[in-house]
Amino acid sequence: MTLLKVLSEAAFVSGFDVKTSELHGLSQRGGSVSVYIRFGDKVWSPLVPQGQADLIIALEQQEALNGLYFANKETVFLVNQYETPTMAQTANQVEIEAELRKITEKVNFLAASEICQKELDAEVVSGVYILGYAAYHNFLPIKLEAIEEAIKKTIPEKYWEINFKVLELSKKS
Amino acid sequence: MNENLQKTILLGNEAIVRGALEAGVQFVATYPGTPASEIGNEFAKIAKNNDQLYFEFSTNEKLAIEAVIGASFSGLKCLCAMKSFGLNVASDSLLPFLYTGSKGPTVLVVADDPSCHSSAQSEENSRGFAQLAHIPILEPADSQECMDFIKLAFDISEKFSLPVMVRLTTRVAHQRSVVELKVQSEKLKVNEGEFISNKHQFVTMPPRVLEMHQELINKISSIAEFAESSEINAIINYQNLKSQIANFKSKGIGIITSGVSFLHTMEALQMLGLDLPILKLGFFYPLAEQKIKDFIKPLKKVLIVEELDPYLEKEITALAKEANSKLEIFGKNILPEVGELKPEQIVAALAGMVGKKIEVAPTNFKTIKHSPRFCTTPMCPYWKVFAALKKAAPEGAIFGGDIGCYMIAGFSPMQVYDYMFCMGSSIGIGHGIAKATEGKQKVVTLMGDGTFFHSGMPALLNAVYNQSNILAIIVDNRITAMTGHQPNPGMGENAEVGAVAEIKIEQIVAALGVKVENLKVIDPVDDFDGMVAAIQEFYPKNEVSVIIARRMCALLEKKKEVRPLKTSL
Repeated sequence: MTLLKVLSEAAFVSGFDVKTSELHGLSQRGGSVSVYIRFGDKVWSPLVPQGQADLIIALEQQEALNGLYFANKETVFLVNQYETPTMAQTANQVEIEAELRKITEKVNFLAASEICQKELDAEVVSGVYILGYAAYHNFLPIKLEAIEEAIKKTIPEKYWEINFKVLELSKKS
Repeated sequence: MNENLQKTILLGNEAIVRGALEAGVQFVATYPGTPASEIGNEFAKIAKNNDQLYFEFSTNEKLAIEAVIGASFSGLKCLCAMKSFGLNVASDSLLPFLYTGSKGPTVLVVADDPSCHSSAQSEENSRGFAQLAHIPILEPADSQECMDFIKLAFDISEKFSLPVMVRLTTRVAHQRSVVELKVQSEKLKVNEGEFISNKHQFVTMPPRVLEMHQELINKISSIAEFAESSEINAIINYQNLKSQIANFKSKGIGIITSGVSFLHTMEALQMLGLDLPILKLGFFYPLAEQKIKDFIKPLKKVLIVEELDPYLEKEITALAKEANSKLEIFGKNILPEVGELKPEQIVAALAGMVGKKIEVAPTNFKTIKHSPRFCTTPMCPYWKVFAALKKAAPEGAIFGGDIGCYMIAGFSPMQVYDYMFCMGSSIGIGHGIAKATEGKQKVVTLMGDGTFFHSGMPALLNAVYNQSNILAIIVDNRITAMTGHQPNPGMGENAEVGAVAEIKIEQIVAALGVKVENLKVIDPVDDFDGMVAAIQEFYPKNEVSVIIARRMCALLEKKKEVRPLKTSL
C-alpha cells in the first residue's frame, strides 16, 4: 500500500495522469492483495484490464501467479524471492517460474527481502528496493529522482534515510 | 489564484473529506467500516481543539445519523459516513429524517463493496434505499468527482432541505487519482448551532406524518427537475469529451452508465477503438427521465453498464416503452449481476453488440490465493483465544461468529464458525439456536469489544431476559482493530477530546443481568490456562455466561511502545 502511494506520487510528479486502486480492511489482513496503478497521458479505469499489465511486481513469490491474469507476452515480472509461511498449498520458485514463462519470457526473480534484511536490517523496505530496481533498469518510465521526491512527499521524514539507502542498493543489482 | 489550481493525488475517501471541508462542514459523525473508514480517520486527525469542526466516532451507525439529525436540526452543516451495512442499521432513523427534512445541509456518504473485498454478510447495493427512503443519491466515479459531488450534495441539501446521499463503491473510495484543490470556505464555529423548536417540522406524529410524506414526494419532484438540467448528468463522446452532439448515426448504439462503471466503459471504448455516445448519470435518484428519453430516442441499441442489481436497466426499460419502443436494451443479459464490473467484461459486451471479434485471453493458469489470517509479527492475541477453545470446547459445540478481526477464524484452514451474519448477531442467533434446541446444543459466540458496544449489548440483554444458555466470549482487544484502529468506548479516549472515562465491558455485562459467577475477565495470553479452565467451567452452565478475553491488539501494543507519550491514534 505504501509502495503504491510512493509510485503514484512519483508518476504524478513525472507529469502523468494517475489512477490507482487499492484494498483496505479485511483484505489487508495477511491475505492475497492486488493493488493497481495506471499512469499515462490520460487514464480512465483504476483497474488494469485482463492481460494489459506492463509490469507486475510480486512482493511474495506465490502472489506472482495471481498476477498472470493481468499478463501478456510483453509483461515484465519482478518477483521477490520471499515466501509467506502458509498452511495452504504452495509452489516453489521453479514451479512458479515455469508457470510465468508460459505467458512471458520477461521474468525476473530478485532477492529483495534477503538483501534488505542483510544490508539494512529492514526486510520491510523490500518493496521500495524492487521499485528502485524497476526504475533504474527502465522497466518504469520514471526517474529515481522522482521516486525520491515521492518518498519525501508520502513517507515520514525519519524513514527517508533508509528508503534512500535502499534505492542506492537497488542500483547495484 | 494559484491556490485554486493546486493539483494533488487523493484517495477517494480523502477527497470526500477535502470536499466537505471546502464546503464548510461543521459536524461529522461516523462509524468505521471498510471501504468508508478513512473518512472518519481523516476527520479524526483534525478534530481535536478545532472550534470549527465537531467530529465523533459514534458507537453505531444509527447513533451517528441521529447525532447528525440533531445537529442539522440545530442548523449546522453535517456529514455522516458509513459502509453499506451501516445504512441498514441507520435506516430506522434515516427514513423519518427524509420526512422532516434537514435544516442544516446534510450529506450522507455510504460506501458499498461490490465483490465483498472487505465484507461478509451480503453484496449489498445501497442504491436500493433510493426507493425505500426517497433519498437523493449521487454517484461519483473518481476522486475529483468525490470532491465535486460532495459540494453539490451540500448545495442540493441546502436548496431542497433534504439529506442527500453520496454513494461510493470500493473502486471509488479506494481509488487514488488527481484532484484540483480549492480554497476552503469560511466556516462558522460549531457553537453557533442553535435548536429552535419547530414541532410542525421535527415531530413525525400522525396525522402530520402523512402530510410530510406528501411534502417529501413534492421535494423529490423538484429535485428531479433540478437533475434534468444538472451538468452531472451528461452526454459524453469518447473522441470529443465536451461535445454534447452525440455520434448517434454511425452505429445507433449508445451507453448509459454511472459511478466507476463509467471509467471502465471509457476504458473499454478505448481498447476497442469505438466512439459511442455515453450518457453518464451523476444522479442515480431522482433520475433525469427526460434526459434519458432524449438520449435513447434515436438509438437502435443501448447498453446499461451498472454493477450489481439492474436498477437503472429497469427504469430505462420502462422509459423506453414511451420514448422508443423498438429500442433493444442490453444490460444484465450480457453483463454479470454478481461481483464488481471489470473493464474486460464491458469490452466483451460491447464487442458482441457491434459484432467485433476479440481475442480471448487465457485463464487456465495455476493460482494460489492466501486467505486473510491473524497477525503473526507481532502475534495476535486471538491465536490464544482459539487455541483455548480448541482445547476446552467439547465436540459438538456450535460456534457463532461476528464482525471484526476474529472473523478471520472463519477462513480456511481454521473454519471455526458454524454461522456468521452481521454486526452483533452472533449472540442473537445463538440465543435462537439455544431456544430451538432447548439448550441441548451449546452455542459459543465470539464478538469483539467494538461490536459489543455497536449492537451486542441489546442481544445479550435479550438472551439473559429470555433465559438462554449461550457462552458469549467477548474478545476485547481494546480498540476497533479491523477497520484501522479507531477508538471505542472501552479504551478511554475519543477523537474529539482525547482522554475520557473508560467504559468497562464487565460492568455492562453485569448490568445486563449476567450473574457474577457466570462472568470472568481473563488475559488469554498471560493466563492461557485460566482461559482454558474458564471455558471448561462455563460450557456446561444452564445460564448465559460471559468470558471477556482482554488483551490489547498486538499492533496497537507495538504502536504504543514506539510512541509511549502519544495517546491518540
